[in-house]
Order: sequence, then C-alpha cells, then structure tokens
Amino acid sequence: MTELPLIGEAPVAADSRLDGAKIGVVTFPGTLDDRDAARAVRLAGGTAVALWHADTELADVDAVVIPGGFSYGDYLRAGAISRFAPLMSKIIDAANSDAKLPVLGICNGFQILTESHLLPGSMIKNDHLKFLCRDQVLRVENNTTAWTADYAAGQEILVPLKNQDGQYIADEKTLDELEGEGRVAFRYVGFNPNGSRRDIAGITNAAGNVVGLMPHPEHAVESGFGPESNGGTDGLGFFTSVLNKIVGGAK
Amino acid sequence: MPRIVVDVMPKPEILDPQGKAIVGALPRLGFTSFSAVRQGKRFELTVDGEVTDAILAQAREAAETLLSNPVIEDVVNVEVVEA
Repeated sequence: MTELPLIGEAPVAADSRLDGAKIGVVTFPGTLDDRDAARAVRLAGGTAVALWHADTELADVDAVVIPGGFSYGDYLRAGAISRFAPLMSKIIDAANSDAKLPVLGICNGFQILTESHLLPGSMIKNDHLKFLCRDQVLRVENNTTAWTADYAAGQEILVPLKNQDGQYIADEKTLDELEGEGRVAFRYVGFNPNGSRRDIAGITNAAGNVVGLMPHPEHAVESGFGPESNGGTDGLGFFTSVLNKIVGGAK
Repeated sequence: MPRIVVDVMPKPEILDPQGKAIVGALPRLGFTSFSAVRQGKRFELTVDGEVTDAILAQAREAAETLLSNPVIEDVVNVEVVEA
C-alpha cells in the first residue's frame, strides 16, 4: 500500500519485502505533523500505524515516529506532559529493551525524547526568541544509526526547520561525551538557527536506535513540496533507512 | 485551603533568553537600575485539608519529576502557604 506522490514518480520502488514493515506514528493532543509523518512512511514503502498517546500497547510496530507539533500546548515545558502519557512508558521500555525498538523524535518529538531521558540534554527557547521557519542545511554526522544508514557520512541535506524552542543545550561534559562517542547525528551547516550548542541539530543514543532532531525530514519526502533546490526529497532517507533495517537487508 | 508553593528557576549556568529580553526592555521604560533578569516559574498546589509530611514529600517529588526538568532547571523553594 505504497502511497503515490502528488506529482512525479514514486520516490521509492515498490518492494514486497516492506509489506509487513509497520511504523507507528504517535498522536498526542496538539500534535501537528502526524499526517505528514505517516505519509512519509508510506512514500518510503512502509505501512504507517496510527498510535494514540493513551494507548497502552504498541500494536506490534517495528519502529516508532514521535512527530512534531505542540503537544499539550507546550504547557509547563515542551514535551514535559506528553512524556508521562501511557504509550510513552511502553516506548521507553521498548527502546531500552534488547530488541532496541527504533524511535525517531522530530521537533516536539525530540523534546519529548529528552524529557523522557531517552536522549540527553534539553531544548530551550531560541536565542533570538522568535519562531523561525526556514529551509535548513544539515550535515549527517553519524550514518550508522537506525534512521540515518541510507545517508553518506558527511552528506548535506536540506529539510524544513520550524520551531520556537529549538535551542539544544546540555552541560559541557555531556556535550563532550556526545562528540567523543559520535552521538551528534546532525549539525546545522552555514547558519545556526537557534543558538544550539556546537551547532547540534540532532543526536542519537549510544545504541543508535533512538534519534531526535529539531528539523523536519517528514516535510521533505516528495518532489514539489519539500525545499526545491535539492529536489525536495532529502528527508526520505530517514524512513528508507529504518525500513531497510527492519527487513534486515541492504537496499 | 492551604497551598504548597513550588518555585522553579533556570539553572544559573544556563542562559535565560526570556530574562535577557526582559532586561533589555526595562530601560526603555526608565527602569535603569537592573543589570540582569532571570525568569522562573511559581506553582501553587492546593491541598484539601492539612498538609502532612507525606503530602509535602509528594509535592517535592512532583517538583523534581514533572514541574521541573533537572537538566535545565532547579527547584529553589517548596513551602506551605496557609490560605
């Protein structure tokens, strides 16, 4: 049930091995980008499974995307209330289990992952205090994670960025550890849009199954709708990476 | 009804962008004596009945787990205020 793009060719050829690959997309009250994330999963050839924050089971999904938005209106702190949703405890357990469920947090999803302590550090308000929406170049610093294996190391990709609380911070010791262990997954290139420490746009856990980033790869998965200069599909690699991992083979 | 007041502040080593914006606005209104502003949060937890040690301990735990994020914030005060 591969989804077709609105214009142009299917970005990923149909692959029967992907038929059973299910990626859950979580919706919290106030989530915005769950539809786009589910569409990105389908355009990459997988099956998207809608998960609700109050669910108590993970529905046998092979991976989970926690999409962007403003869950609970960003009340208290971005992601702070969602972190205690019933489904989150299942996701935290599965991500930390031997099975190492792949989990991707985008924007508000990244904030939820740091509040859940699946990833270190936190996001605070942008240093310039404004909501910022722009096409952003990122460098893939670690292409060995579940969500980045289809990119080349050092590859630069162009995806949309849109947030107000996007400034990644952690103490110097944590930052040094992240750098030393190769856990900076993405760095902003050319322009740091929010004051993030060391230009960090996204990070991974030590096992490489949990990845979070502020920019939005799910908005750059089909021609004509993503940033134009790079063809608009630079974000698709996140979803093909995890699908390839799920079916256990190279492309 | 007694309330438990919890005050949360950004950690001293963390730049507070909101406080920085506020300190920039103060002189425009003629308030020139303030060299820095840090903005925190105050929570008021209403208790039906007496605040026992157990309830106060619960408030402290809630302050550390939900009301603050220890990566970026400190709980600087937890106190009981009688109505």
